[in-house]
Amino acid sequence: MLETILKVESLNKQFGNFTAVEDLSFSVRGGEIVGLLGANGAGKTTTIHMLLGLTKPTAGAVTIFGENLEESRVSILQRVNFASSYVHLPYNLRVVENLKVFAKIYGVAKPGEKIDELLEMFEIAHLKFKTSGMLSSGEQTRLNLCKALLNDPALLVLDEPTASLDPDLADKVRKILKRVKEEKGMTVLTTSHNMLDVVELCDRIIFMHLGAIVAEGSSEEIMTRFGTDSLEDVFIRIARTKEKVIA
Amino acid sequence: MCWNRIYALIMKYVYICSRNTFRAMDIFFWPIMDLLMWGFVTMYMLKVSNTVPGLITFLIGAVIMWNVFYRAQQVVCISFLEDLWSRNLLNIFTAPVQVREFVTAAYILGLMQASIVLVIMSLVAVVFYGFNILDLGIYAGMLLANLMLMGWALGLVATALIVRWGPQAEVLAWAVPFLVQPVSAVFYPISVLPQPLQVVASMVPAAHVFEGMRALMTGNEAIVWGHIGSAFLLNLLYLAGAGLLFRFLFEQAREKGLLAKYCS
Ligand SMILES: Nc1ncnc2c1ncn2[C@@H]1O[C@H](COP(=O)(O)OP(=O)(O)OP(=O)(O)O)[C@@H](O)[C@H]1O
Ligand SMILES: [Mg+2]
Repeated sequence: MLETILKVESLNKQFGNFTAVEDLSFSVRGGEIVGLLGANGAGKTTTIHMLLGLTKPTAGAVTIFGENLEESRVSILQRVNFASSYVHLPYNLRVVENLKVFAKIYGVAKPGEKIDELLEMFEIAHLKFKTSGMLSSGEQTRLNLCKALLNDPALLVLDEPTASLDPDLADKVRKILKRVKEEKGMTVLTTSHNMLDVVELCDRIIFMHLGAIVAEGSSEEIMTRFGTDSLEDVFIRIARTKEKVIA
Repeated sequence: MCWNRIYALIMKYVYICSRNTFRAMDIFFWPIMDLLMWGFVTMYMLKVSNTVPGLITFLIGAVIMWNVFYRAQQVVCISFLEDLWSRNLLNIFTAPVQVREFVTAAYILGLMQASIVLVIMSLVAVVFYGFNILDLGIYAGMLLANLMLMGWALGLVATALIVRWGPQAEVLAWAVPFLVQPVSAVFYPISVLPQPLQVVASMVPAAHVFEGMRALMTGNEAIVWGHIGSAFLLNLLYLAGAGLLFRFLFEQAREKGLLAKYCS
């Protein structure tokens, strides 16, 4: 079994009286692609933001690469990256300028080559000198992914990464992520509302409901447990349950 | 501290400014407008009465120095706001950027912008009003450095408030200097203020700077060092305070999950 890259222990987040995340524990091993699923408001983004040090947990601990996140945030984040459909790069910078800035921040060795390689990979090389704010949302999504792979992250965290991609590009992006994972041994934690993404991409799924984990396993295992052959059915059943425990 | 990351953050803002006419106006247009406006006011005042000797040097010197403070303060906030407006903050804060590096980059940008504004305004002042700031000698550097420090401190305070209260507080980026202007004795001596405000002014570094500037211009060099020293000590105090406030409100924003909310 591969080493544990990410370990979450009894993570809890209270916003005032509201519990957004409750007693969350899970771990992710090197080279795994894990999907964090759940209805709107289940606590996925809150969890991800705690894993990235953006939001401070009320209780619990996050360990990445064997180091405590609160103590070693900078050295951990050097080997992590993040992309999401709700985060953008400065709109009046050209695509290449934005990538140069982040290549410098991450200390990428040969930034020019790396940037070209990534732009080719995500099929946006022709947009290299275009103003980032002028890109379509699907193009912007791919630019975000280029940024997210600049430092060859050992752990890639994605929050709804394929939200605005057409089915063709979503398929291509999944294949790219799988390929990078194979080639570089990258570990991925991703949220998604796209069940096809999840089935095709994820080795393992963690279902969250009302801030807690209610199911965990491969998509097949979870579908078998719920007696259905559609992950969407599982999703809907969980989402419509009022209790925190799924029967 | 990693200077490469600081350099990257500076490079980003320079790119942003070079693409944004309105940001460039903050450097090249508004300061000159300010100078011309006050130049005309002084010329008019000299025409109707000439009772204040050296009025033109007082006012022109004040406008230039005030702009150094104002622009330094503003850039510290705006470099943060630019990332907030473009929804880029999460990219920055999920990168291995230390808050210290982020603040240092903002300070350097403040220094850069204030220096450019200073050079431009000084040249315009020489050409239009025959006012040469270099005539103030070594003191000019000390006075300006103190304004710079105060600009940093107030810029960081305003940024901290924006981090905590989000876009609704962004007007502070422009408003904060005008909050302190009345007690900064920019265009008039502290002595014209009512007694309680004089006490407040004595705790404002800028007030010491402008008093020092006027003392210098009226040949009262003996008291200039006192003002420079007071301004410097106050600045050290305020910079430390601003740093603590920023840390405190930043942590509060992290606790309340606001960092992620305002920035995305
Ligand atoms: N900063 C905050 N302050 C108060 N409540 C918050 C805050 N952030 C999130 N919440 C609440 O926490 C819950 C979980 O939110 P979160 O964004 O994690 O959901 P999610 O699973 O990512 O949902 P979605 O699929 O819609 O993105 C929601 O009910 C939300 O209202
Ligand atoms: Mg979410």
